[in-house]
Amino acid sequence: MKALHKLVEERVKPNFTGEGKLKRFWVVFDALETFLFTPGHTTAKGVHVRDGIDLKRTMFLVILAMVPALLFGTWNIGHQYYLSLGDITAADPWNAMLFDKLIVGAIKVVPLIVVSYATGLGIEFVIAGMNGHAINEGFLVSGMLIPLIMPVDVPLWMVAVATAFAVLIAKEVFGGTGMNILNVALTARAFLFFAYPKQMSGEIWIHDVMASKAGGVLADGYTGATALGHLANTVGQPVQGEVSNGVMAMFADGGLFSLMNCFIGTIPGSVAETSALAALIGAAILIWTGIGSWRIISSFIVGGLVMGVIFNQLGLNAYMTIGPVHQIVMGGFMFGAVFMATDPVSAAQTNTGKWIYGFLGGFFSIMIRVFNPAYPEGVMMAILFMNVMAPTIDHYVIEANVRRREKRLTAAVA
Amino acid sequence: MPASVKIRKGLDIRLKGHVQGAPHVLPSADRFSIHPTDFHCLVPRMAAKAGTEVKAGEVIFTDKKHPEIKFVSGVSGTVQEPVRGEKRRIMRVDVLPDGGGAVEHASLDPTNPDGAAVRAALLERGYWPMLRQRPFDVMPAPDSAPRDIFVSGFDTAPLAPSAAMVLEGRMDGFRAGLAFLNALLDGGRKVQLGVRTGDTTFDKVTEADITAFSGPHPAGNVGVQIHQVCPLNKGEVVWTIGMQDVANIGDGLMSGRYVGQRTVALTGSRSQPALLQTNIGTPLAHIIKDRVLTDGTRVISGNVLTGTVRGEEGGLGFHDQQVTCIPEGNEPLFFLTKGWLGPGFDKFSASRAFPTWLMPKGKEYDLNTNNNGEERAFVVSGQYDAVFPFDIYPVQLIKSIMVGDIDRMEKLGIYEVAPEDFALCEYVCTSKIAVQDIVRNGLNQMIEEFA
Repeated sequence: MKALHKLVEERVKPNFTGEGKLKRFWVVFDALETFLFTPGHTTAKGVHVRDGIDLKRTMFLVILAMVPALLFGTWNIGHQYYLSLGDITAADPWNAMLFDKLIVGAIKVVPLIVVSYATGLGIEFVIAGMNGHAINEGFLVSGMLIPLIMPVDVPLWMVAVATAFAVLIAKEVFGGTGMNILNVALTARAFLFFAYPKQMSGEIWIHDVMASKAGGVLADGYTGATALGHLANTVGQPVQGEVSNGVMAMFADGGLFSLMNCFIGTIPGSVAETSALAALIGAAILIWTGIGSWRIISSFIVGGLVMGVIFNQLGLNAYMTIGPVHQIVMGGFMFGAVFMATDPVSAAQTNTGKWIYGFLGGFFSIMIRVFNPAYPEGVMMAILFMNVMAPTIDHYVIEANVRRREKRLTAAVA
Repeated sequence: MPASVKIRKGLDIRLKGHVQGAPHVLPSADRFSIHPTDFHCLVPRMAAKAGTEVKAGEVIFTDKKHPEIKFVSGVSGTVQEPVRGEKRRIMRVDVLPDGGGAVEHASLDPTNPDGAAVRAALLERGYWPMLRQRPFDVMPAPDSAPRDIFVSGFDTAPLAPSAAMVLEGRMDGFRAGLAFLNALLDGGRKVQLGVRTGDTTFDKVTEADITAFSGPHPAGNVGVQIHQVCPLNKGEVVWTIGMQDVANIGDGLMSGRYVGQRTVALTGSRSQPALLQTNIGTPLAHIIKDRVLTDGTRVISGNVLTGTVRGEEGGLGFHDQQVTCIPEGNEPLFFLTKGWLGPGFDKFSASRAFPTWLMPKGKEYDLNTNNNGEERAFVVSGQYDAVFPFDIYPVQLIKSIMVGDIDRMEKLGIYEVAPEDFALCEYVCTSKIAVQDIVRNGLNQMIEEFA
């Protein structure tokens, strides 16, 4: 590898330094060079040895933790597609057409990922170049999260607009990676939700379902709505009414949205949010490596369960009667708990604060989704809300520490 | 039974190159070097011009702000022209020995010492610079009245020598030193001594209140011990002093001659480890001679977390009892093999992102000085807290320093800390932030505010 390094140093680098032709693109070169080679920088002051961990490895491990969700999501896009065409039945998800499903999925997912990274990294490169900063690794994770929480049939230009909005308004105006208040990926999703409400509702969860319907090839009774979309219809209806009973049948054992199907994730939904199992595998990786906060993930889940139990006790509509465990394996709850709430920059930073932050995040997720059917994705709203509240939570935790110190002083003086 | 405290947060960095065995007496060096830069905020004023002949224990320079504080030569010889840095700041003063005699002072009796006499002797005879105070981690003022004096009886820093090694044969001097220091405390208080749980070195010591500590580094840091035994409040002052310097004060005040003995552990993977008995002011070149592969080696006075690099010309750090030699890591690392995406069997990491946790507990690592990444903004949270055994929020304190908010620093506990307490935070930092430098900066801001 010495030869490669020599080549980069002697042949490539001079173009980007001093009077080189490409000196305006120095940040790009720097980003790529430090990607290939951890620089030979040595410690200058303070400690003389440093831990091996750096931001690149940290971010890489987060992406690694997302891979199960990504792979499952890719498969599920194809699975839902063939289901919508009636080519397969929901009863036997695993055997038929594995490669066809993955190919259909990849056709949808790969462009989403490419657009997200190209837009986001493009903006980061330009801004870093303008400011003369090094390019931070933060967007490597955000750029992967954005496609994973998009509806399957979202137009690519919308993804580009949303990514640009999120990177500029949620992150760069605050000073870049590490300085943002809101989670970047969720900001992209929220932007689409509020800017294009018409396009973001309806039948965009399944690949090509509109075309199939128009062409008359849609399977009988197939709607393509998500679990939360169906449940929203029960709000305002009597618990045992016709509508409610019809919806609840889908959530009983053997129905499309049975507890097991929701847990495994063979249901319609955003690209990679449907599988609670894949999210939990990701959680295991994040918690084991210590990169994701186990405090946030566990308290988030507990918060959702507690709200679920409270709703069960109230039982005012059919939505509330869904079991708490069933509640938290539906929609984006698990994916949000593992990959969104744990974003260390926008979450609470004190250990006590993390417990409170996670619990309230989970609690509000379920509350918003049930109370306000216009916002089926309560998780997104709840986490963004808690992002805003996190500094306040930390403030009170730290003030308690300050007061402890002041009390000690008063005791010492007395 | 002494009170005992278990420290849970922290990290022992397992390096190669431990020292073992009995001390070996190093022949006297051809130079005595003292660095005024070892004392924060000190502005030295030369008392002996270049070319002057001084005896051992005679003043070379004083503190400009407090002329009562004297810095003495450890040897008899000729004072050299000071080595100056930027803005003519004095970086080092050398004395070339001539084998002459020493200044003789009256000897003091440790059985019933008088506080005022001990204070005068410490100032006059050059022992005062051995003291450090909290807050601010600087030398105490000559009229400073400490609430307590803390001594750490063990060093948990990577590759540090044990108390038994550095105090070998010096227990009488150590106990006398404690007795002298006790005379400086009001109300019959005793020096607070922190010892390693299970260490028998200090069993006979009755001149101090002893607390036993167990747990990983930084359990041996005096700041952690202060925080656990009796935390420092605003307006209070405590002194700290190294265990070898307690013995130096004991031996020195009893005999009437200056004693600046230092048992130094030469450690690290690039050295042949050795325990060397020498004196304060010995040049590093003399200590590492024939024992270190100097090519591509960083010679650190002190340990890898808090030590300083001063070139082989420089003298041993005034407070240091260790020299560490590790390889420089100035080679670029290809990302898949040795770099950020490599397996990393040779990296010692507090996080499980590297296979350190898979390795046997006894495995020792040959770490080099590579930064292992570039500096970034704070991203990861909770990382510092895991290695910082104080009831203080480290990141928030550091951020208050970065924005220069004096009031906030005070509220978040800056009086209790010294840069060394943050050394592990700096080690584990994913974003490679220079934490100790920031803390030193914050302490300097506080000093200016109170000046």
